Amino acid sequence: MRYLFITLLCLMPTLSHAGIAKDIADDPKLERRMIQLAEKVRCLVCQSEPVSTSHSDWANDVRGIMRDKMKAGASDQEIMDILVERFGKSVLFDPPVDKETMPLWLAPYILLTLGALGLLYQLRKRKSLVTEANLSVEDSERAAELLNSTKDNQV
Amino acid sequence: MMRFTLPLVVFLVLAGFLYKGLGRNTSEIPSPLVGKAAPAFTLPTLYDVNKQFSPKDMQGKVWLLNVWASWCGACKDEHPLLMELSRQNLFPIVGMDYKDKREDGQATLRKAGDPYSLIISDADGKVGFDYGVYGVPETYVIDKQGMIAYKLIGALNSQNLSEIILPKIAELQAK
Repeated sequence: MRYLFITLLCLMPTLSHAGIAKDIADDPKLERRMIQLAEKVRCLVCQSEPVSTSHSDWANDVRGIMRDKMKAGASDQEIMDILVERFGKSVLFDPPVDKETMPLWLAPYILLTLGALGLLYQLRKRKSLVTEANLSVEDSERAAELLNSTKDNQV
Repeated sequence: MMRFTLPLVVFLVLAGFLYKGLGRNTSEIPSPLVGKAAPAFTLPTLYDVNKQFSPKDMQGKVWLLNVWASWCGACKDEHPLLMELSRQNLFPIVGMDYKDKREDGQATLRKAGDPYSLIISDADGKVGFDYGVYGVPETYVIDKQGMIAYKLIGALNSQNLSEIILPKIAELQAK
């Protein structure tokens, strides 16, 4: 009796089943187009995730709206414009190059140039600091001797 | 001397940027709708499906549009403040019950009190989408000409109310 009960308990998980994914357009082509576009849209509720994969309620709504607009014949650009108009440029994973985002786009190049200039300056300065050492005759002889002696030791 | 000042300056600049970044709430995304006309819509009120509301009904008034829902936790936090504002009766507060069942919205207000001059029901969230709502609560200050003057993302609290929203409304009412 007890074993039967345990066996039944063990079988219980098989009764659970995943719900059917809801809200998928009947047209797989449209669904694919929608997902491709949604990959470029930031989910504002879960910011590092695109709307295409997010399970948040908001992302779900946005996907629904994208589907509706696509069915109504809107182009991808029109849909993106609608989103930017309401939520701002931060919904785009790939921000456009314009006046507002210019510093963002230029900063790496400016920093790189500054770094290169700094390096160039340092290297030039170092070059002028290095002076040729004047060796006297004895110094040269001693140096040669030392060099030779190490050679001998090694052999 | 230069050897120490340059790295120090670079460090301070970097630290300054990072420090500024620390205090920022990245979940608040500035709305592009501020300074633009509040999107037009017509929605039924929460209590009476046959009664319609449209933002142009508020022409000539400075008003608050508070987006809330019965399922929203932070809305409960700001509710007492809305009740207080409603008692003071300084400006109309229009509530928008966002993506909510009418019965649930009504029940919540019956229990907690109703601070709104008028409540509309945006059951499918379509109007909320036009207003750029991505989380509730959100509160909009709309001026006499029907322009969105300010948008608050998140709950009202005594600080943002007294420092931002109330002065903004007073300024717009005086215009």
